[in-house]
Amino acid sequence: MSLLRVSGLYKRFGGLTATDGVELDIEPGELHAVIGPNGAGKTTLINQLSGELAPDAGTIAFEGRDITALTVHQRALAGFSRSYQITSVFPEFTALQNVMLAAQAHAGHSFRFWRPVAGEAALIETARAALEQVGLSHRTDVEVAALAHGEHRQLEIAMTLATAPKLLLLDEPMAGMGQHESEAMIALLAGLKGRYGIILVEHDMDAVFALADRISVLVYGRVIACDVPAAIRGNAEVREAYLGDEAVAA
Amino acid sequence: MTLGLFLTQTLNGLQLGVLLFLLAAGLTLVFGIMNFVNLAHGSLYMMGAYFAAAVFNATNSFVLAGVVAVPATMLLGMLVERVALIRLYQRDHLDQVLATFGLILFFNELVRIIWGPASVYMNAPEALSGTVMLFGFGYPAYRFAIIAAGLFVGAGLYWMIHKTRVGMLIRAGATKPEMVAALGVNISLLNTLVFGLGAGLAGFAGWMAGPILSVQPGMGEPILILTLVVIVTGGIGSIRGAFYGAMIVGIVDTIGRAFLPTLLREFLERSLAQAAGPAIASILIYLLMAVVLAVRPQGLFPVKHG
Amino acid sequence: MRSPQLWAAAVLLGLLGLVPVYAAVFEQPFYITLFARILIFAIAALGLNLILGYGAMVSFGHALYIGIGAYAVGILSFHGVTSGWAHLGAGLAVGAVAATVVGWVCLRTSGIAFIMITLAFAQMFYFLSVSLKQYGGDDGLTIAARSDFGWVNLANNTVFYYAIFAVLVALLLLFRRIVDSRFGMVLRGCKSNERRMAALGFPTMRYKLAAYVISAQVCVVAGMMLANLTKFASPSFMQWQASGDLIVMIVLGGMGTLIGPVAGATGLLLLEEVLAGWTQHWMVILGPLIVVIVIVSNRGIFGVLAALGRTGGAGRARPGGTSGEAR
Repeated sequence: MSLLRVSGLYKRFGGLTATDGVELDIEPGELHAVIGPNGAGKTTLINQLSGELAPDAGTIAFEGRDITALTVHQRALAGFSRSYQITSVFPEFTALQNVMLAAQAHAGHSFRFWRPVAGEAALIETARAALEQVGLSHRTDVEVAALAHGEHRQLEIAMTLATAPKLLLLDEPMAGMGQHESEAMIALLAGLKGRYGIILVEHDMDAVFALADRISVLVYGRVIACDVPAAIRGNAEVREAYLGDEAVAA
Repeated sequence: MTLGLFLTQTLNGLQLGVLLFLLAAGLTLVFGIMNFVNLAHGSLYMMGAYFAAAVFNATNSFVLAGVVAVPATMLLGMLVERVALIRLYQRDHLDQVLATFGLILFFNELVRIIWGPASVYMNAPEALSGTVMLFGFGYPAYRFAIIAAGLFVGAGLYWMIHKTRVGMLIRAGATKPEMVAALGVNISLLNTLVFGLGAGLAGFAGWMAGPILSVQPGMGEPILILTLVVIVTGGIGSIRGAFYGAMIVGIVDTIGRAFLPTLLREFLERSLAQAAGPAIASILIYLLMAVVLAVRPQGLFPVKHG
Repeated sequence: MRSPQLWAAAVLLGLLGLVPVYAAVFEQPFYITLFARILIFAIAALGLNLILGYGAMVSFGHALYIGIGAYAVGILSFHGVTSGWAHLGAGLAVGAVAATVVGWVCLRTSGIAFIMITLAFAQMFYFLSVSLKQYGGDDGLTIAARSDFGWVNLANNTVFYYAIFAVLVALLLLFRRIVDSRFGMVLRGCKSNERRMAALGFPTMRYKLAAYVISAQVCVVAGMMLANLTKFASPSFMQWQASGDLIVMIVLGGMGTLIGPVAGATGLLLLEEVLAGWTQHWMVILGPLIVVIVIVSNRGIFGVLAALGRTGGAGRARPGGTSGEAR
């Protein structure tokens, strides 16, 4: 059984078809990259997968269960965890508090009014483990506003990991990163690969071709190809779509 | 319940709707373009009414009252915008709400100092003091004139926004302000003009309302809150929403107050109906707003983006 | 006891706690009434600050809940029910239902629409109370005696004052716990980035609504005290100005700090008292003053103290995040 199966997904905005019959199939443990030129409808697709946008037609099944009608938080609780292209951390909290908050979402309800979270050992432990995994253990007590951009991106990943996910939906985790930071992020993602299903939406082709098990190419809201990296590299239609945009890494 | 009474009340509802629209249009324009919440819009309406009443009582001319009151309110609005509000455009809504709350306190007390705590009166012009015959029943000519004038101004506003260059800038400014700035338009000046336009409409509404309502300190707030109900029900930032919202609120409120108590007597015990009727009628539009928002949080006619 | 704002908070509460002593020493019983009013509005502002300061929900209609509390006392007393526990039960029950329904509708929107709708709902309850002709309508309802809480004799002004003071201190302690609890973290997270909170798996609406109801209930309690203080319940308690005053108090004192609303309520009501001593037209001064305060500073008295505390103890990690400011 596939982890995530998207079939016949459509979304129209006025006269524009942003998602045009998208089919996706993610196997457990697979790192599946979604690439496409600007305006291909990647963001629209992600927002439908995460539940922030309702599709006009089509179904999304997660572990065989139809989740098309579920809200954002219900999908998150089911094990579907996303990160954002624009860094979405809580700047007034420390790194540890950020990740603890993520862990808290998956550790029972939060209608608890008396006990300080700072004393909840289980949350701290989960959060520390996630920070360790992304290489931020030395920065736990730093207020997030004081972290560097690359560290924000790492923190985003730590937050998604702390929600005990089965599927990670990573929206351009390398956005705005320098060469050095990108390499660190690629290493980090390579370490996660195999343990979670991962959908990676990314512009950095070096990263995509280094990491992906399979790649789906989205053009004008349609998946024009879905194959292993080597086959995508040789696909004439894909080259055509990218011509004049950014070249697929040769 | 005669047909004549029903038509009269419908016209009264339209007349209230027109006044609400004049206020809602200004408020929603300012909000749509500057993302600014001006709670003191009701105070501008009050100042318009006071200006008109003062000129009327000095000259006994209704027309002169309007000729002075509308531009005066417009200037007052632009002055307030330049002195205080312009510093708040980049702040969050809380600061805007608070500062304009302070302005309300100021203006209410100011008119109390200048004109005293009691109501000031002004009369409708002689020519409109009679009634007009419509489908065989009489309706006060002045109220009829308010409806006509309000619809005329509304049509003018529509024309200005959709057919003129300034209107194009206003529409563009509402959706893509950075684009308008890139075109070399002086955004700050445009903002002041739009604010002045809104203030002028409020002053116009104050002038129109002068002869039928009592001009008194604090008269702006009840109608401001009704205007907020209009805007939220119609869809924030949308002139079309402001228009339909104003008509719906005006008519539902008036008809509800007129007929709901009698209607309830048909279903409820007399004493109960007598107690509940006016109570329900007075909160009818708020219930309407609650229902609209429960079903459509973005209002009935939201602005289309993109 | 390291930071300036903690010292200031302790001094402020200490001074407020000694008011009946000055009143006795200087034979000015009027002080007790004045400061009881200040404490009551401090409680209401504290309640509103839970959602406004920590949850970024700007409710411009919380006077509505003060009104519900006042009418719970007024209407029950009118029918001869004098038990304070009955008043409290009825007020909280009606408050819970009203806040849940109103909050649910209001929270379907956000930002400016939320401000407008909360204002409109308060106005709706205002008109509703005006239309209650059997309970005085526009003129309000006089209350024969204070709520009867058995051995706590509220008829004695000093006892009444300390009862209010005790409630205020208890609420401050409770809110201090809430702010750093799971619930408080969710609330503050929603203030910062609600979309992210949902993506993490929090049903944000539920928590925001719960916070709204808690905040409303605190105002209900304040309204019951106000009715007891003035022996009166009137539509004017729910007027839109009253809601505006609560926000001014919070912003003046410093939102997002626990003690801020107490300082703000004290500051605003004393300022009103002083200005009213000068001229009957004191609002013509207060209005522009509010405008100036908003334009010049948006941190409030305790926001400034908190900032001083931070620069004073530079490099010291703040244990509870922003709530550190509240200590």
